[in-house]
Amino acid sequence: MDVFGSFALLLAFVCAAYALVGGIFAIRTRHPLLIKSTRQAGIATCGLIFLATFSLFYLFFSDNFSVAYVAGHSNRDLSSFYKVAALWSGQEGSLLFWSFLLSIYVFSVLIAYRNKNGELMPYVGVVLAGVQIFFLTLNNFIASPFKALGVPAANGAMDLVTRGDGNGLNPLLQYPEMVIHPPNLYSGYTGFTIPFAFALAALLARYPGEKWIHLTRKWTMIAWCFQSAGILLGAHWAYAVLGWGGYWGWDPVENASLLPWLTGTAFLHSVMMQEKRGMMKVWNVWLVFCTFLLCILGTFLTRSGVVSSVHAFAQSNIGPWFVGFLIAIMLVCLGAYWKNRDYLASENQLDSVVSRESSFLFNNLILLVSCIAVVSGTLFPVFSEWITSNRISVGPPFFNKVMIPIGLLLLFLTGVGPLLAWGKTSTESLKRNFGWPLAIGLLAGGVLFVLGVRDFYALICFILCVFVALTILMEFYRGAKVIRSRGGASLVESAFELTMRNTRRYGGYIVHMGMVFIFIGLAGAAFNRDVQKEMQLGSVLQIGPYELHLQGLDTKAEKNYTADRLIVEVIKDGKPLMMLYPERRNFPANQENGTMVAIASSAKHDLYVVYAGQSPESQQPVIHAYLNPLVKWIWFGGMIVVFGTLVALLPNRRSVLVLAGVPQAAPAGSMPQTMTAAPILKEGHD
Amino acid sequence: MQKRAKFGIGIGIIVASLACLAWMGYGESKTYYHTIAELQVLQGDALKQRMRVGGTVAPGSIHRLSGRVDFVLDGEGKSLPVSYIGSDPLPDTFIDKAQALVEGRPATDGRFVAEHVQAKCASKYEAAPGGNATAATSSTQPSSR
Repeated sequence: MDVFGSFALLLAFVCAAYALVGGIFAIRTRHPLLIKSTRQAGIATCGLIFLATFSLFYLFFSDNFSVAYVAGHSNRDLSSFYKVAALWSGQEGSLLFWSFLLSIYVFSVLIAYRNKNGELMPYVGVVLAGVQIFFLTLNNFIASPFKALGVPAANGAMDLVTRGDGNGLNPLLQYPEMVIHPPNLYSGYTGFTIPFAFALAALLARYPGEKWIHLTRKWTMIAWCFQSAGILLGAHWAYAVLGWGGYWGWDPVENASLLPWLTGTAFLHSVMMQEKRGMMKVWNVWLVFCTFLLCILGTFLTRSGVVSSVHAFAQSNIGPWFVGFLIAIMLVCLGAYWKNRDYLASENQLDSVVSRESSFLFNNLILLVSCIAVVSGTLFPVFSEWITSNRISVGPPFFNKVMIPIGLLLLFLTGVGPLLAWGKTSTESLKRNFGWPLAIGLLAGGVLFVLGVRDFYALICFILCVFVALTILMEFYRGAKVIRSRGGASLVESAFELTMRNTRRYGGYIVHMGMVFIFIGLAGAAFNRDVQKEMQLGSVLQIGPYELHLQGLDTKAEKNYTADRLIVEVIKDGKPLMMLYPERRNFPANQENGTMVAIASSAKHDLYVVYAGQSPESQQPVIHAYLNPLVKWIWFGGMIVVFGTLVALLPNRRSVLVLAGVPQAAPAGSMPQTMTAAPILKEGHD
Repeated sequence: MQKRAKFGIGIGIIVASLACLAWMGYGESKTYYHTIAELQVLQGDALKQRMRVGGTVAPGSIHRLSGRVDFVLDGEGKSLPVSYIGSDPLPDTFIDKAQALVEGRPATDGRFVAEHVQAKCASKYEAAPGGNATAATSSTQPSSR
């Protein structure tokens, strides 16, 4: 099966090379058969990558330890669930997984548009094949996951030819999120290849701007949705597994996942400027280019360890390939832009500082500044070494100082932007739209201040959250009220109908609402508390309103590990509340330990209990307990964000658009689809 | 032109204040990387900086004492005695021959006083895909790195 897999990869490389070279000739000659054959080569490339990936899965599931990668990342006792995750737990496998996910996208695009957009698709095919070739080069020649064990490897560790069992999977990765987080994040990274390919293709083919924007909108949203979910799942994994009480540490790899999300978010907003006003064409093209470059940079940072591996940790051999690829993409993008820049001329100019356009402009500016801040902070060690020959890193204080105000500014724009009119907004409309939400927000802030919330940023954040949530609710209420007055349906039904009529707009509001919840959760971090204590049987640790009583210790043998558990009773106001079992797991296959945090989560706060190890002196267990307010809101908000994106992906109910403006009252109790739309709904706003 | 000026001023204020915050954050959290060999030739103010030093834990050198853990880091043929004084238990991966990255300041007696320790077993794992770099390593307190 390993030979099968590596042969499939080699053949995929050949097919991709044909799709690239043949595609370039096809564009020049416009020969229909050549165009068709290169498209089919593209499809075949994807099929072969699927086969290679499935054969690696098969090798994992059949415990084939003659393959170095399988032996290095799995063992017989590893559950099937984690054997899936083992596929992408190492460099070779995760690079193949990149190719695999990209192939799903490429395959879908090539099939979906096979008879459409004839002028554009050959270009798209060439760009996609170019990206695939890069990853297939790594898969085939630099980091093949199918290398047999026993072939002398560079690190000298693989001198055994037959192995009865493998090394096992890193305990930190044996957690449910690790099975879904990387596929999500990688689907985000790879997904941005599609808008990139269309943007570059449109630029090369001088294809009308609004068309490529329209074609890629859904793909961008899908990629963005995966990226958002991936980032949050990663944060949740870090929270639940690493045992330091937090979910975000501004680690280079975390930052790497945030970067394309920031530019991708900017792009999702600024495309509306191009659709509605024919503005920001150059900006949009470069945002897509940058997003893709940041996806590749993110993969590079994650895989090569160029930042985190400083001096101590070995660097990987794939670094130069990624740097070369990044430079190549940049040159191609610059070349394409320089050659066809006249095609990107703007059709309109900004009219007013207080307008929808300017709110998009500021939104984009702030997202871009935040992206630059995160890039520079993350790559600071690399840059500082070039410039001063001193390797200097910056830590969380740097990121927090810059990113907290940026986040709050974005939150403010989230509330304000969507309600500003295109062109120019009158003072009257400002008062009507924002008067009450702002007043109630400030009132809520006052109440919180009286209740003892003194952290400046947290207070501002809560005020803004109330303000933004109210502006969003008011939007739903106003629209739903109009529908209700015509159809007689309930307010909730009308709000549903409203959403279905303009999924993109109201889906977007739902996403914004999700972001409000996330910000509420993030603000909670200002009030985190923690206590660490050496515990004897029966001793008590007090944190917030809780008393943690250590009732006992036990050992639980599982198939793949042995767990040392602390039995902790939680008491609140003198009454027993629950039992918690923080664990330390020992994995015999690789002689490693893992932590399993016990978390009791509520909307108010998380009680987060870690079995932190044993005291070096007394050998008594040490408990580190945290009380983290509002964390659950982050995960809940994340779900709302994903839900909102899915809503925005749904097609609008079109019948309504046809009937719009017809002054005809529907009888009470009629089906919502037959209702006529109020003029207010007819405006094309997003 | 006036409109452009308004935008320019707005954008300028935002960027300038963020740059100012970035500069403050940089000053607060900058940490220098040094090898063990470099550390031994540093002089003057350079010794007062916050720094990270990497190396391999010398076998048998880990001594757990009251309130601190002493060990020796080897690298490039030199060795560096380290005292870890952080409050968190050391990571599970911190064992003999592990690759370790310590963060703190050198003391006047030639020891290195570490507040945080990251450790990784010698080339056992790759970094986690798309996850957190700490998947490859374990550290005493990533939040305050």
